[in-house]
Amino acid sequence: MLNASHEGAAPPRSAARTAIPPLVVAAVVWLALMLAIALLADVLAPYDYAALDLHHRLSPPAGLGGTVLHPLGTDELGRDVLSRLIASIRMSLLIAFEATCLGAVLGIALGLLAAHFRRWAEQIVLAFVDFQASMPFLILALAVLAFFGNSLALFIALLGLHGWERYARITRVLAISAGAQGYAIAARQLGAEPWRLYIRHVLPNIASSLIVTLTLAFPEVILLECGLSFLGLGVQPPQTSLGNMVGYGRDYLTRAPWILIAPSLVIALSTMSVCLIGDCLRDRMDKALQ
Amino acid sequence: MTVPLLKAERLVRRYGVRHGFFGRKSTVHAVDDVSLTIRRGETLALVGESGCGKSTTGRLLIGLEPADAGAISFDGTVLPMPHEPGWRSSRARMQMVFQDPLAALDRHLTIREQIREPLDIHRFGSPSERAERVAALLSAVGLGTDHATRYPHELSGGQRQRAVLARALAPRPDLIVCDEPMSALDVSIQAQIINLLADLQAELGTAMLFISHDLRAVRQVSHRVAVMYLGRIVEEGPPDEVFGAPLHPYTQALVSAIPHPRRRRTERILLPGDPPNPMNRPKGCAFHPRCPIAGSACKLQLPALEPVKESRSVACHAVHGTTGGPAIRRLA
Repeated sequence: MLNASHEGAAPPRSAARTAIPPLVVAAVVWLALMLAIALLADVLAPYDYAALDLHHRLSPPAGLGGTVLHPLGTDELGRDVLSRLIASIRMSLLIAFEATCLGAVLGIALGLLAAHFRRWAEQIVLAFVDFQASMPFLILALAVLAFFGNSLALFIALLGLHGWERYARITRVLAISAGAQGYAIAARQLGAEPWRLYIRHVLPNIASSLIVTLTLAFPEVILLECGLSFLGLGVQPPQTSLGNMVGYGRDYLTRAPWILIAPSLVIALSTMSVCLIGDCLRDRMDKALQ
Repeated sequence: MTVPLLKAERLVRRYGVRHGFFGRKSTVHAVDDVSLTIRRGETLALVGESGCGKSTTGRLLIGLEPADAGAISFDGTVLPMPHEPGWRSSRARMQMVFQDPLAALDRHLTIREQIREPLDIHRFGSPSERAERVAALLSAVGLGTDHATRYPHELSGGQRQRAVLARALAPRPDLIVCDEPMSALDVSIQAQIINLLADLQAELGTAMLFISHDLRAVRQVSHRVAVMYLGRIVEEGPPDEVFGAPLHPYTQALVSAIPHPRRRRTERILLPGDPPNPMNRPKGCAFHPRCPIAGSACKLQLPALEPVKESRSVACHAVHGTTGGPAIRRLA
């Protein structure tokens, strides 16, 4: 897929490149499904996620004694679990993607700045990293949400802040050691500007480690969002998210477990899919491993 | 031919080294009082054993590293140092070929993209002109168009070094520094690369600093040779004269180590003593503890690099007759 143009190259390489493990295919399909659901949430949802149906409160899923009107059952207020699940997927994916990207961009940029300028710039970045790493994130989140109120944008920004220090630290170390490598020295002596050196040479060469960090961080952000929503700090009702659903479903765990099981399954499968795809991507991006 | 392309005067480069965590600091004189000139189109070879400061000299001469003392002028103007304005644009005029071609190439970019990179950096002509130039460079170094779309790890060592050479030649530099360009290659490939270097140099008229410890390769490509020992140049001259009739005792030992097919019983000079430690430089002539003809003056006074005749200079008390010991023994 990368270079079909040269036929004369070694044959085993192309064979290794085309074979994708079935598990990864399944993960891609699952994530694609989640993305499609998130994009088409308004079309797919049979009801409004906040619509009440008081006649069918705590109705079990269809096939387990419930009505066909609510295939995944309803919650204590008679809200359709399927509709709420679809809306939650959209909300949680939106938050997780944006927060992960925000954290990655911020962390990588600061890490590269530290690696390039060294001296005091590096010290400042490292001081922030240490501050972030030593601060219990929940306390920070509580403080921020208490002072500034709870808006979705603020919540995403807060979650983005959660992971940035890891990217910054990894990027800084990798960029410093990459700067001493032959290709970086060669590029510098060619007269390459710093942006060219870092964007074109250093970043692709350290990307495999960063992608692994990213795929570890993405599920973490989903879980963090769920945790904060569970505690009532995250997404506020009537808006809904996966963690929010699990949190409020907890009260009915014994009487109506379907409220909680559906979003939990989605969380588990999505985070696992991201990890699988990340591993596969890392292997493929590391050309020397092939 | 009046102004040399590169003129370096009394270059010094020191490195601070700490022994252990609480150890005292000491200074390594990697390059000590080196003066060199390279004329346009000329190949100057720098030879010497490992750690004698050859590579550091090479990096100093094209401004990849700042010198602690001394002055370098390139084409009549002062060479800008890193972090100075003009340094980056000056890179188009001087290029470096590295020892390990695989390390010097970015494994995430194709050979074509890498050869094109200096053209993009220094905004050489239009995009179509750049593509043409890349094609011309590929054929000049003997690579086919099918190599251009490959990645470095898909090429052989010789092909990689050809690609590095093509990249170095891309911005039409006035000077190329080849830092042991063959030491990472097979012997059979070394000969090819040496021939390619010699051909390209003759064709393009690029000046070259050729750093190597392969004296036979040096003899083949260079117009002038400088022999280094512990950060100082001890002998300089045309390769045939320096290798045919070496004057400095160190050069004599170096030359006697070249294997020679016709000379059956070679008179090999084995140097006594340990290889020099640049952290603990002997007083006087740095070579005197290993020198077979060292006299009393050699232990006290540093010999200066002085001409013995036109185009030939040497730094040795024995040659200049200031040793206070026996006169120099010439190698037959």
